[in-house]
Amino acid sequence: MTGRSASLMVTCLGDLFFPEVGVSIVRLLRRLGVAVDVPADQTCCGLPLFNSGYHADAAGVARRTVELFGDSEHVVVPSGSCAWMVKHEYPGLLADTTLARAAVELAARTHELSQVLVRVLGVTEFTSAVRGRVTYHDSCHLLRGLHESESPRTLLSNLEGAELVPLPGADECCGFGGSFAVRLPEVSSKILAKKLANVESTGADCLVACDAGCLMQMGGGLTRAKSRVRALHLAELLDGGR
Amino acid sequence: MSDAELATPFRQRAGSAMKDAFLQEALTIATTKFIGLRREAFASFPEGEALRDQARAIKEATLQRLDQHLETLIGNVERLGGHVHYAETSAEARSIIVDIAKRTGARMAVKSKSMATEEIHLNEALEAAGVTPVETDLGEYIIQLAHERPSHIIAPAIHKTKGQVAELFTRELKRPAEPDPEALTLIARGELREKFLQADLGISGANFAVAETGTVVLVTNEGNGRMVTSMPRVHVAVMGVEKVVPSFTDLMVFLAILAKSATGQKLSVYTSMVQGPRRAGELEGPDEFHLVLLDGGRIAQIDGPLREALSCLRCGACLNVCPVYRQIGGHAYGYTYPGPIGILLTAMLEGAPAVRDLAHASSLCGACADACPVRIDIPHMLIELRREVDDRKIAPWSERVAFKLLAGLLRRPWLYRLAARAGRIAQTPFARSGRIGRLPLVLGEWTRTRDLPPVAPRTFQERWATDRDLRA
Repeated sequence: MTGRSASLMVTCLGDLFFPEVGVSIVRLLRRLGVAVDVPADQTCCGLPLFNSGYHADAAGVARRTVELFGDSEHVVVPSGSCAWMVKHEYPGLLADTTLARAAVELAARTHELSQVLVRVLGVTEFTSAVRGRVTYHDSCHLLRGLHESESPRTLLSNLEGAELVPLPGADECCGFGGSFAVRLPEVSSKILAKKLANVESTGADCLVACDAGCLMQMGGGLTRAKSRVRALHLAELLDGGR
Repeated sequence: MSDAELATPFRQRAGSAMKDAFLQEALTIATTKFIGLRREAFASFPEGEALRDQARAIKEATLQRLDQHLETLIGNVERLGGHVHYAETSAEARSIIVDIAKRTGARMAVKSKSMATEEIHLNEALEAAGVTPVETDLGEYIIQLAHERPSHIIAPAIHKTKGQVAELFTRELKRPAEPDPEALTLIARGELREKFLQADLGISGANFAVAETGTVVLVTNEGNGRMVTSMPRVHVAVMGVEKVVPSFTDLMVFLAILAKSATGQKLSVYTSMVQGPRRAGELEGPDEFHLVLLDGGRIAQIDGPLREALSCLRCGACLNVCPVYRQIGGHAYGYTYPGPIGILLTAMLEGAPAVRDLAHASSLCGACADACPVRIDIPHMLIELRREVDDRKIAPWSERVAFKLLAGLLRRPWLYRLAARAGRIAQTPFARSGRIGRLPLVLGEWTRTRDLPPVAPRTFQERWATDRDLRA
C-alpha cells in the first residue's frame, strides 16, 4: 500500500464526536507514504439499523456506502464494528442486488486501522502522543468478529514513550452495544462499572480502544467518575510523530 | 414465571435482579468459576476445536434427516421393550406422563434434572394429579424447597448463596444446617435416600438418545440420575426431538466437549446409558420404560430462522460468559430457558411476541457464540429475531418510527449535515467543559450514568472540506 492510496471511512461517531481521530489517521497514513482521500457525503455504515433488525433500511445505507467507496484502493476504518459491518454484513445485505459484486470487493478492500498498519503496511513502531501507562480494551467486533487481538497490542507494546499494561477482563464487553446502551441503560451501566473498575486497577493513565462506540461508553463513564484515566482511540496515541 | 410477574417489563425485572445483593454475589462467584474451568479444559485439549466443528456437522446432518433418525430410535426403543410417545405440545406431554402415573398407581415421582420437564411445567401437573414430584438433583432440590424455578440451565440454584441454602434447609427441613456445602449436601442426600426407596415413578430428561441402539444417555454429576432410572418401577424419559444422535460414534464426539463446556470437567462423573426396561435375568432397572418425544415448536424450526438453536446441547456455557446474564441472572428473563440461547429457545417455544424485549437483552458482544461448543451464531439469530419483531410490527411503533427517521437521515447526506448542525445548537444548554452531563428523553437514559461527547464544533468532514492543511 505504501506509495499508494487509501480512503478514510470516518464513520458517523468518528465524524460527529471524535473528529480528531480522523485527523490523526490522515496524518499517520500520510507520514507512511499513503495518499489519503475522504470521499464526500459519508454518513454511517448502517450498523445501528442492521443490529436493531431494520435490514431493508440498512441495505439502503450499505448501497450508498458501496457506491461512495467504489473507486477506493483501500478503505481504512477506525472502528472494528463498522469494519465488521462492511466486511461481513454488506455482502449478504446486497447479495441479490446489482451491487452484489461491488459489496464483496469492498469487503475485501476494507480494513480496520490497526490491521492496516500491522498487517497491510507492516509498520509497528510509533512514538506515543501520550506519556505513561496505557491499557487496551478489546472491542467485541474487532476481537470476536475480525479475530484481531494482536495488532493493537503489537502497536502499543512497541510504542515509544508508553508502557502497555494488561487489562483484566480485556476481552469482556464494555456494555455499549449500540441501542442496547439506552434500551437497558441500567444493565449497560453495570457492565461498564465492572469494566472501569478493572481499568482503574491497572493504574493506567490512558485506556485505549479501536472502536468509537466503546470509547463513547468508557470515556463517558470515566469523565462522569472524574477519573484521571483518559479514554483515547489508538490513532490518537500513535500520532506522536515517528 | 407467572403471568403476573411477566407483566412487569423486562427492564424492571432486570433492574430488581441487579439490586439483589445475594444474587449478585452468587452470580459473580459461579460464572467466574465456570468461565475459568471451561477455559482451562479446552486449553489442555487441542483436539477440542476440531471436535466442536465435528459436533456441529453431526447436528446439522441429523437435522437433515431427523424423521429417519427418530424412526430408528423409536424402533429400537420398542424392540428393547420400551414405549415411545410423541407429544406435539407441552400439554400433550404432561397428559401422557400423568396418564402413565395414574395407570401405574404412582404416588411419588423422583426426578433427575431435566430442562424438558421444566419446559412443560410437569411438576404442577403431577401435583394436580396427586403425584408428589421430588427433585433429586441438589440444585433442583434446593429450588423445589424454595418454590422457585431454575435460573441456569445446568446450575439451577446458581442464584443462591450457601448461606441462603443453609437458611432454607433449616426452615423447610426443620433441622439446623450450617452454610457448608458438604454438610448441606449430606443433609439433602439423607432426605433423598428415603424418597428413592419410596418412589414408584422415576422421571428423567435425556442429554442424547442414540438412534441405532435405542439408548437414552444422561450426563450427570451426582448419581441421582442413575437412581431415578433404575430404582422406581417405572421410568419415563422426556426429551426434545432434536436430542437424537445417529450412532455411538457420534455420541462420543458430543461427550468429549459437553462437560468441558459446561463445568470444565473432562467427562461428567456419571454418563448413564439406559436401554429400555429391565430384561429377564437383570438385577436392576424398571419394569416399564417410556420415552416421551417432545416437539413443542422444534419441528417447525428445522427449516425456520431458529434452526441453528436446535443444535444446542444445553451446556450453559453461553450463560456464563454473557455480560447481561452475569448481571441479571436467569429469573429476570422470565421463561424456562435463560441467557442468550434461552432467548432463542423462548422464541422457538413461545413465539416472537414473547421476546419483543428479550431480543434486545444482548450487547451482541459475541462471547456466547465463542463459548458455544457447537458454535451457534447466537448474536446473528438475535438480530434475525429483532428483524422479525420489527417486520411483524411487534416492536413499539415509536421505536419503528425513530429507526425509519434515522434511516432517512443516513441515506441523505444533506439531512445528516443539517442534523449535525441542529445537534450543535440543541446541545448548547447541556454542554459543560466539552461534555454533556444531562439530556432529556431517550438520551437521558445514556446521561444518567455516563457523559456524552458533544457534537464537535466542526465535524471531521467539515474540517476536511475546508482545512487546507488536512487535505494537503
